[in-house]
Formats: sequence, C-alpha cells, structure tokens
Amino acid sequence: MQEMVARTESPGIRSEELFVNMGPQHPSTHGVLRVLTRLDGEKVIDAQADIGYLHRCFEKIAEKRQLFQVIPYTDRTDYLAAIHDELVFVMAVEKLLEIEVPERAQYIRFIMSELQRIASHLLWFGTFAMDLGATTAFLYAWRERERLLDIFEAVTGARMLYNYLRFGGVRNDVFDGFESTVERYLKDFEKRLEDYHELVTGNRIFEKRTQGVGVITAEEAIAYGASGPVLRASGVKYDVRKNDPYLLYDRYDFEVPVGKNGDCYDRYMVRMQEMVESAKLVRHGLADMPSGDVMGKVPRRIKLEGDTYARIESARGEVACYLVGDGSDRAYRLKWRSPCFVHLQLLNIMARGGLIADLVASIGSIDIVMGEVDR
Amino acid sequence: MDMFTAMHSGLVQMGVPLWLANLVPPLVKALILLLFILLNCMFLIWMERKVAGHMQRRMGPMRTGPHGIIQSLADVIKLISKEDIIPNGVDRWVFVLAPIVAFAPAFAVFMVIPFGPTLIAQDLNIALIFIAALTSFVVISFLMAGWSSNNKWSLLGAMRSTAQLISYEVPLVISVVAVALLAGSLSLQEIVEAQRESFWYILVQPVGFLVFLTASLAELNRSPFDLSEAEQELVAGYNTEYSGMRWALLYLTEYANLITFAAIASTLFFGGWSGPVLPPFVWFMIKVYFFIFLVMWIRWTLPRVRVDQLMELGWKGLLPLSLVNLAFTGVYVLIR
Repeated sequence: MQEMVARTESPGIRSEELFVNMGPQHPSTHGVLRVLTRLDGEKVIDAQADIGYLHRCFEKIAEKRQLFQVIPYTDRTDYLAAIHDELVFVMAVEKLLEIEVPERAQYIRFIMSELQRIASHLLWFGTFAMDLGATTAFLYAWRERERLLDIFEAVTGARMLYNYLRFGGVRNDVFDGFESTVERYLKDFEKRLEDYHELVTGNRIFEKRTQGVGVITAEEAIAYGASGPVLRASGVKYDVRKNDPYLLYDRYDFEVPVGKNGDCYDRYMVRMQEMVESAKLVRHGLADMPSGDVMGKVPRRIKLEGDTYARIESARGEVACYLVGDGSDRAYRLKWRSPCFVHLQLLNIMARGGLIADLVASIGSIDIVMGEVDR
Repeated sequence: MDMFTAMHSGLVQMGVPLWLANLVPPLVKALILLLFILLNCMFLIWMERKVAGHMQRRMGPMRTGPHGIIQSLADVIKLISKEDIIPNGVDRWVFVLAPIVAFAPAFAVFMVIPFGPTLIAQDLNIALIFIAALTSFVVISFLMAGWSSNNKWSLLGAMRSTAQLISYEVPLVISVVAVALLAGSLSLQEIVEAQRESFWYILVQPVGFLVFLTASLAELNRSPFDLSEAEQELVAGYNTEYSGMRWALLYLTEYANLITFAAIASTLFFGGWSGPVLPPFVWFMIKVYFFIFLVMWIRWTLPRVRVDQLMELGWKGLLPLSLVNLAFTGVYVLIR
C-alpha cells in the first residue's frame, strides 16, 4: 500500500488501480464465476471470487423430496463427475439404513467411479490447456472423453447425469461385453495419454506458464481445507480412497501421486498420473468382477433416523455428505461438502501478485465446476 | 508494366486531361491489389478453419458449397447485413477510424511486393523501409480501437499489443537489415535478383530467418504471441466492442498482414518469385502459402506465452540474437 501511495505521488506520472469484473460472462471462468479483480497494469493485486450465480437450493430441495428423488439432484452438483456425487449420497443413506450392497454392485460402482475420474480429468486436461491458449489439446481430450461417455450411456442410459446408483446397488446391470469394451478403451487411452504428454507436458511454453504459478503451500492448503489433487500437488499425501477406504479401495494397491511445489504444473502432473492409476484400478475391478445380483435388500418403508457422514474422493477432491434423519422418509437436513467451493477460497492466494494470465491458469488448475460451488 | 503505359497514352489520345490520365493507372493497380487481398483473405479464413479443423480431427465448415468453400462469402454477407453498432460511451470518431487506420497501411504495403519479375505495383528503392514504416502503423490502430472502446478488456488488449509490437519491431527490422546488407539493396525486386544470381538467403541467414519468423508471429498477433486478443484472458482484446463490417475490417487486416508477412519472408529468404519450370507468380504463391500454413500450424499447436515472458523473449532473446547475426553478416559481406 505504501508503495502504491508513493508511486501515485511521483510527479508527472499518475497510475491508478484498475478494477475489472471478470465474469460472470467470461470465456475462462468455467461457467458463471465472477472474479472481482483489482489490477495494477497486468498485475493482479486482489482477486475475490463472487459466487452464487448457479445456486439451486439443492440442500433445501433435498429436505423436501423423498430420498430416492434426491439422487438425480446430486447428479447436478458436480455434473462432470456425477457418479461420485451420487455415490456419496447413496453411501450416506445406506450407512444410516444399514443396507447391504451386493458384491457385483460394489464392483460396478467401483469401475464406474474410476472411469468417471478419467472422464473428468480428461475434460479438465482439455480445458486447462485451452486456458493456456492451446486449443487443439482440448479437442483431443474430448475425443477420448466422448468414447467414455458412450460407455456410460450404454450402461446407464445417460451421458452425464446418470441417476444410476440406487440405495442397495445400481439400477441395472452392465451390458454384455462391458468388460471387453472398457478393456479396449483403456488400451487406446493409455496410448493417447502419451500423445498428450508429448503435445503439452514437455512444451517449453506450457512449462513456463505453469511452473511456479499459483503456488499453494502445504500449510495453506491444509488451513483452507483443500483436498484431492489440489492438496496432493502441495505435497500432502492424503486421499480418502487410502485414508478412509470405501467401496473396494482397500483391496487393491494403487499409487497416490503427490506433487512438490503446489503450483499449476504439479496439479497438472498429479491429475495426469491419477488417470493412469485409475486405469489400473479399473483393470483390477474388471478382472475380479463376480456375477450375481446388482440390488440388495432395501426396506419397503424407509425411516431415516440419526445422522451420518459419508465421504469419498471425487475427481475434484473430498466430497462429503452429512445426512440427518428425524424418523420420516425424508432427510431432516442434508449438508454437502463440495471441494470446489473450498478450493475457490484459495484463489486469492494463488492469483495475488501474478498476472491476469496466471489468474486464468490458477482458476483452471483447481478444476472448478460452478455447479458444485453453488449447488 | 506495359499495359498501364498503353492505358495511359490511350487515355491521353482520347482527349482525357493529363491529370486524370495520370490518376487512372495507379487506381486500377490499387483496385487489382485490393481484389487480390480480399479474395486471398476470404480464402485464408476458410483455409484457417479447415486447417484448424483437420488438426483437431474435425471437418471445419462443410455445409456452404463443397467442403464449405463459400463459407467466407456467406460470412461476408452476414457481416455486411449486420446492424452497425457503436456502443454508448465510446469515443465515436476514434472508434470509427480505427479499423480504417488498421487496414490502409496493411493494404498499402502490397504496393512494393514483387509478385513476379514485372508484376509489381511500384518498385521502390526503399521498399524495406517503406514496409517497416507502414507495418508499424498497426500499433496506432490497435491503440485507437482499444482506447476508444471504453472497455477495460479492450484497453488491456491494446496496451498489451502496443508493448508487444514496439518491442518486436526492433529485432524484426534488424533481421531484415542483415538481408539488405547481403543484397546491397533495399528494393525487394533487387533482393530477389541478387538471390537468383547467388542462392537463397536462408542458407546464410538461418538465424536471421528464425528471428524474423518469431518476431513476425508477434507482429501479427499470432499464437503463441496472440496476447492482444487472448480469448481466455481478455475476452477478445482490442476488438471486443466491434461488430459487423468494422470488425470484419479488423479481421481482414489481420489476414492481409499475414499475407504480407509470408510474402516478405519468401522474398527475403526464399528467393521470392524465382524458381524453375513454373511461372514466377505461381512460385511466389506457393511460397507464400507455405508460410501461411506454417503460421497456422504453429497457432493450432502451441499454448500462449505470458506477457512478461513475451517481453523477456523480445528484449533479452531476439534482440541480442539479431544484433549478433547482423554483425556476422557484416563480416561475411566484407570478406565475400
């Protein structure tokens, strides 16, 4: 501040801060995010996120609907990784009602969940490259994601908003030849991933644009409650899949990629490596998938009593659901923890002192989905 | 230019006043050049979309005509028939003038470009200086457009491009000077002749060419240096508030500059219109389109550099490199 005053008083030259509204309509705010930005030339002095443009009262609606009617709403929180949000809600209800989920359904959930992570990271890879001005990588990523969405469509009937999980299992079994289709896909995918590394990762401009940009230290990340790739890029080895295993994650061995510097480049590398790990997990799941029912026994009349907290590792971080029942068939209260909401608070830390271009890279690197921030 | 002399004397014989007869040949030349630019730009816009499409495993425009070949024509019709919007609060005169100030020099540069041994509107003996002077005009138009738009994004875009164009002009001109030194002339026609007598200058000027190429990409506001219109950062930069024909004119300028760059690159480093078997004009166009394709290829491959990195590259990288190159060229010319 002192420096600013001194400069404004220097004779002859007068400079002013520029206040810019970035969004809600802006090409790289990933939806309807508004960033109140104060600029000194190109330098960002302050960046405050203004959210709420996509608020849909999800939590309140969840209190008014019957439980099974809430599942489609969970899809719409993180619409790019809908299975994860369905999963956490379904898990919370199952925990409270003590419903057993058959083995096959567990496997289907497990495979779908990891495929979803790949799909979401692919989309992120594309949009992040786009934020840095590399438009072609975007469409390449889209190609791979498209095939994945075709698989999802064949299984669930929908491409993005599935409404597929049920209390006690999944709505329907996978189609015949699911295993071979996914296997084929994974083989191609791993080949393509190498192309992406060649196209983007080793690029000097890309490295210069991301390394040392939008740094979050491990302390800051923990203090703000970051999770997922954002936290791991800062060097904290924390993954709900490892630390509080759900589904079948305790059965299979997988790496949790960790970064060092907490900059955009590390967040990028963590996600890229996560995709490889996800592919491995899917392979494991496919190999061991048993036959049998996909729906467990669910009580006819649902009476929700007590409270519970379920959490999972979604593509973006730790998604959690706190569910309270008062003995009726509806939730008394539903609290949703969305990682993007938490990560968005880190925006100012990442952007301050950087340039506008870095602000854009930072927003992109935390993989923001406004539907999840606002709910 | 026999045709034009004949036209001139014919007009004088027909009793047309001398001043009017003097005026007609240049006007006809200008018209031909304008037509050349317009047609090529329309083709280039289509080509850019096709190149981008095929690189991104898409088709690009397909519906209007075979493989969308008349897509640009349809776009022109659309742009002409659009409402002419001048937003509230803009500096009216400057806003209206900016696209014209942008296009006029981009158009005028074509005057000195040799399309063939005789196909040149005016063989100036200071052609290179003329080009350097005119192409730097574009800064003014960007600044005018950005400043008058009364939009912060436009202003930021204009500021960026001003800094960028001024910085990159220096290495660009120095790398061109090295070529002039080799040829011993500033006239483009004579530079081509000099290369026909010896060899293409790319052989002795690889560094100079690299500097020229990089600086040109910056001058053209092309990726990876398209900072002034960085969509992801500045919405559309200096032309955010422009629409309809005014926007089309700014767009046209961009592509006209692209042709200019390609023409100069092939003239200075790749022997211009010279080449075996095929007629000179064809050779010239082949070379020009090769460079245009190269620029498009780069655009759809690389991410964008940041504004501070851009300045660093310009002043700390290209400028010393071009100076060293110039020094070596001087020595080479002395001992040749």
